[in-house]
Amino acid sequence: MKTKDTVFSIGIDRYLTDVSNGYCFVTRFFKELFKPPFHIREVINQCYEVGLKSLALISLTGFIVGIVFTKQSRPSLEGFGAASWLPSLIGIAIVKALGPLVTALICAGKVGSSIGAELGSMKVTEQIDAMEVSAINPYKYLVVTRVAATTITIPILALYCSFIGLLGSYLNVHSEEATSVISFYQNAFKTITFLDIFSAVIKSIVFGFTIGIIGCYKGYNATQGTRGVGMAANQAVVLAMFLVFLEEIVIVQVANWFRFF
Amino acid sequence: MMNEQEYYKIINETVISISGLNKSFGDLEVLKGIDFELLKGENIAVLGKSGSGKSVLIKIMVGLIKPDKGEVIILNQQVDKLTPKELNDLRRRIGFSFQSSALYDSRNVYENLAFPLTMNVKGLSKADINNAVEEALEAVGLKDKINQMPSDLSGGQRKRIGIARTLILKPEIMLYDEPTSGLDPITSGEINDLINQVQKSYNTSSVIITHDIQCAKNTSNRIAMLLDGKFEQTGTFQEMFESKDEDIKKYFNYNLIH
Ligand SMILES: Nc1ncnc2c1ncn2[C@@H]1O[C@H](COP(=O)(O)OP(=O)(O)O)[C@@H](O)[C@H]1O
Ligand SMILES: [Mg+2]
Repeated sequence: MKTKDTVFSIGIDRYLTDVSNGYCFVTRFFKELFKPPFHIREVINQCYEVGLKSLALISLTGFIVGIVFTKQSRPSLEGFGAASWLPSLIGIAIVKALGPLVTALICAGKVGSSIGAELGSMKVTEQIDAMEVSAINPYKYLVVTRVAATTITIPILALYCSFIGLLGSYLNVHSEEATSVISFYQNAFKTITFLDIFSAVIKSIVFGFTIGIIGCYKGYNATQGTRGVGMAANQAVVLAMFLVFLEEIVIVQVANWFRFF
Repeated sequence: MMNEQEYYKIINETVISISGLNKSFGDLEVLKGIDFELLKGENIAVLGKSGSGKSVLIKIMVGLIKPDKGEVIILNQQVDKLTPKELNDLRRRIGFSFQSSALYDSRNVYENLAFPLTMNVKGLSKADINNAVEEALEAVGLKDKINQMPSDLSGGQRKRIGIARTLILKPEIMLYDEPTSGLDPITSGEINDLINQVQKSYNTSSVIITHDIQCAKNTSNRIAMLLDGKFEQTGTFQEMFESKDEDIKKYFNYNLIH
């Protein structure tokens, strides 16, 4: 019979193996990234997949977030007599925080889970082994291409999401006061510095990498048949979202230090 | 299957040689001292009950699983000592037919066959690829399925396409993992014929993993029985059939009655 102690130590053991496997999986990415062959066409295919899968949802969510956020902020700003600050406030909030975060969460749900499920099912039906025995490096062909695609595409989607969010915000502003779209965007960007956009892009790159690599890791290590495929997809989403929040906190902190100097 | 005269005309050249091979998973000892030899041009059937480690054995042969102990020499190269590049060069010379067929289910039949070719041979023209795909499909008799998706094929057809996919790289060794499992007797018979035809027209040496006595009888020149992690006895079908060993007798009788 297993005592409490052994159950506990098996748990720790499993956790540490998982961490070390994950670490190897991630470092392998950087080792293989610069080695030929480069499957450029497959990367482009995957970028297309990532974009296509999430574009509609990101457009809709970004738009709604823009409208709702503006609507909610207006009364408190008006209370201070600062309604004219609305566009710059919204600009900062959307470009720096909401755009990247909303995009990352949507992509973790849509892209992360589908990568986890796809690689998971390839794993449990031995398709990954089949690639390996036909002298194709499955890590390079499946993992490197997908992670590259999410890392490239998600920052672009995040900027797009911010843009759509501001558009939603403009519609709301416009319904209250007659501003032109151009002056709205000018106002919104007045207080945004290059560092803000730069850190938003860096943040999205980190999010994109996380979503891709977690989806691949969970899929690539799926076991136990079809049940494992579902588990891989599920865990990919949960872990990716958790890490996205964690990274958000860390990156905001680091960016603040930079601003200080 | 070749007749006996044809069989003995082959030069005795070893293509697979395994000695003292051990493999465990945790506490589970699966292979306990395997000695095994495959000669050029020969078909060996490896018989053994489910879970006896047959799949583990051939996965070790292509380096998908690392052995704990022992020497695995394929085409004069020690598999677990190779660099990744050398291992890939070796893998191109070996065809592996999976128990589950392992077709790429998001690609159609044509793409399944073209994929290993285009990834391994650079600078092929579209016409070269088309020809190679058609030739491999012709060899397995499924030329008309070229545009189908794997999910639209029957179990037997999937096995054939899986075999065609390995033939496209013109392998010297074929490893078949349970080629007839889950198939009806007639389809099994067709797969057996295909295995023999591949041996003849592609000059391959093959290891056929199976628990199907008919398959072993019809496709192999020699049979090796995997019992308790070891090969205690190898021999022709007739020799094994007449064996006095209790375990072997039990295996054959059970299979023939049921
Ligand atoms: N990767 C693995 N990890 C742990 N155990 C394994 C693994 N592969 C196979 N086994 C175990 O090894 C034994 C032999 O498996 P296998 O070679 O698939 O049997 P079969 O002869 O039916 O093909 C089984 O008990 C299986 O559970
Ligand atoms: Mg098996």
